[in-house]
Amino acid sequence: MAQLKRIAGVNQPPATLDRREAVPALIERPADWLVVAGLAGTAQELCAMTDDGPNVFGLGGAMGAGPSMALGLALAQPGRRVLGITGDGELLMNIGALGTIALMAPANLKIVCVDNGHYGETGNQDSHTGLGVQLDRIAAGFGFPTVLAINTMAEIDEGKRILAAPGLAFILLRVKDGPALKKKRSLRPHVVRDRFRAALSGT
Amino acid sequence: MSDAKAVIGGPDWAHDMYDLLRAEGVTQICYVPDAGHRVMIDRSLADPEVHSIPLTTEEEGVALLAGAELGGSKGVLLMQSSGVGNCINMLSLTNGARFPLLCLVSMRGDFGEGNPWQFPMGRATRTVLEAMGVVVLKAEGPGDVIPTIQAACTMVWGSGEAVAVLLGQRLLGAKKF
Repeated sequence: MAQLKRIAGVNQPPATLDRREAVPALIERPADWLVVAGLAGTAQELCAMTDDGPNVFGLGGAMGAGPSMALGLALAQPGRRVLGITGDGELLMNIGALGTIALMAPANLKIVCVDNGHYGETGNQDSHTGLGVQLDRIAAGFGFPTVLAINTMAEIDEGKRILAAPGLAFILLRVKDGPALKKKRSLRPHVVRDRFRAALSGT
Repeated sequence: MSDAKAVIGGPDWAHDMYDLLRAEGVTQICYVPDAGHRVMIDRSLADPEVHSIPLTTEEEGVALLAGAELGGSKGVLLMQSSGVGNCINMLSLTNGARFPLLCLVSMRGDFGEGNPWQFPMGRATRTVLEAMGVVVLKAEGPGDVIPTIQAACTMVWGSGEAVAVLLGQRLLGAKKF
């Protein structure tokens, strides 16, 4: 089968992390966050990590919405820590949102991209990042004050330190191709919205 | 508010619209700039209690305001009619999760338009919004604006609907070519 060519001159370490280990290792206490998780892998794994918890709004469509939703939520809830976690495919679809986030720079917002270099839901085609596009450099170019790329388990500790500190940050978690943690979750967006709001407002 | 009018200028209806939206509790104002929204944008930039959020594409705003609503804040999305086309799939988030949404759309390809490039999306604006479940209202003259925005606010935050208010070129004036 014919293959797309990698972008010439880009040297990246191989992606070796298993997301089923790396994502829970990085996001140790997901219940501490208000989470917007992009379709599909990150929504599946954050719902699995929280037992489909009410603090997670997991997307099942509207590709490209995740980071922008996290920004609106972070601006609305400055006293809470907000995590926007998504995959490379969704981030690429609305990459300009990173510029908007950098411009607004809410101190309570972290963006984590779990980059597997593939479109995992549609037949595992290579994504741009799998062929050399480097989202950490794009985030730095947009002006994110803190950017970290994680390629090994040894680098997870630095990611945890950044997540625990105040200030806007972008973390690129490069993982190999493979399944995400998965648990049956509600795919009905109005149900997820209502329970998220009820848990947040305490009503 | 009279200070803002003096410094920023522009029509009274635009200042009245800003004051109305602030009185409704709007604190996130996001936009892709357009001349028709100049007063709203400048007022939001001068307002320390408002997040004035420039977007790279209009669909970001649809998602941003969904996130704002999740967090209990009200917002408004400002765009030109050409930007409506950029929002279509993102409105499945609004529609599916029943997020209230208020958009103000400055029209092109409308009354007196002199740029032929503006007509395809100008003609399609109402149709594509309605196809995605958005209620469309239109203001054509200065006296229409406040009653229309007031009605829209009730439909959005009272009834939880998604509403776009089109600001027609009869109101805004067509750009000269």
